[in-house]
Amino acid sequence: MDLKGFDQPGFGTLEASVDKGVTRSVKVMIAGGFGTGKTTMVRSVSDIKPLTTEETLTQASAGVDHLIGVADKTQTTVSLDFGKIRLNDELVLYLFGTPGQERFWFLWNGLFKGALGAVVLVDTRRLSSSFRAIEEMERQDVPFVIALNVFPDSPEHPVDEIRDALDLSPDIPVVAFDARDRSSSRDVLVALIRHLKERSAVVALESR
Amino acid sequence: MSAPRRPVDPSGLERYYVLTGGRSGPGGSASSLDVATLIVSRAAPVPGMQHEHEEILRLCREPLSVAELGAYLGLPFNILAVLLADLLEADRVEARDPIPAHDAGRGPDLALLEEVLSGLERL
Repeated sequence: MDLKGFDQPGFGTLEASVDKGVTRSVKVMIAGGFGTGKTTMVRSVSDIKPLTTEETLTQASAGVDHLIGVADKTQTTVSLDFGKIRLNDELVLYLFGTPGQERFWFLWNGLFKGALGAVVLVDTRRLSSSFRAIEEMERQDVPFVIALNVFPDSPEHPVDEIRDALDLSPDIPVVAFDARDRSSSRDVLVALIRHLKERSAVVALESR
Repeated sequence: MSAPRRPVDPSGLERYYVLTGGRSGPGGSASSLDVATLIVSRAAPVPGMQHEHEEILRLCREPLSVAELGAYLGLPFNILAVLLADLLEADRVEARDPIPAHDAGRGPDLALLEEVLSGLERL
């Protein structure tokens, strides 16, 4: 990663910025139940060592914290692991692994807003752990693909069977991959972007 | 590289209170900040500046996301947003929101998706 600020103590005296004024960012969310491999995927595909950023939820969390027996106004810290891929000289992709506790997703305002789309990771040994993530994507109208993270002891399931079990609409792509593998994780992102392109072609046709 | 972690001691909250002058959330243009918003310095740090403001200006000579800033400075998003609001107001930094999948009413941007795709395929 290009982080000159840490390595060059003498910088910052004359020029304010070396940015050419064109760099932009896009973001993709990596969702899924607890332990499905979100952070592993971010780590394998990111150009930088994954970092963690946090949000402190106060007032807004009070009602929900009630449910888990924590006193009102307790500060709840929600962590997001994220990585970065430089796509070209002017475009950077940020990948955000969503917190395992899905109940926090809607408390962090705008977490999904502005995302190109999402990858929902599924562990085929425990399909149900990602039900909530899928529901959230549908509710927030975030386009997504399903990525089956294949663990060594994952049972062989035909994709159709999994599609049925997850109650997915036929247009949602389902791909199997290994979250530890960079190119495999990259392929999942490619599948997401292709899906977005197809969706956008459909939308263009419908709006004619 | 070791990034400073958010302090876990109880004095963390006090520190945030001091950093933000007791403000709990950003106002104005900073209220729309996203974790993927890129921050770029527009001015060099000046003597007498609050330490964290200075750090932000140094780190953001190259565009850096709000999430990265939070990780490097060890500050939660909402506290960082307050500090960024100060800098935005003073025109010392520029904020560039992530390009959304579709701009309002215009429909998804195919050119952008193509650009992302070819970037990924080069990995």
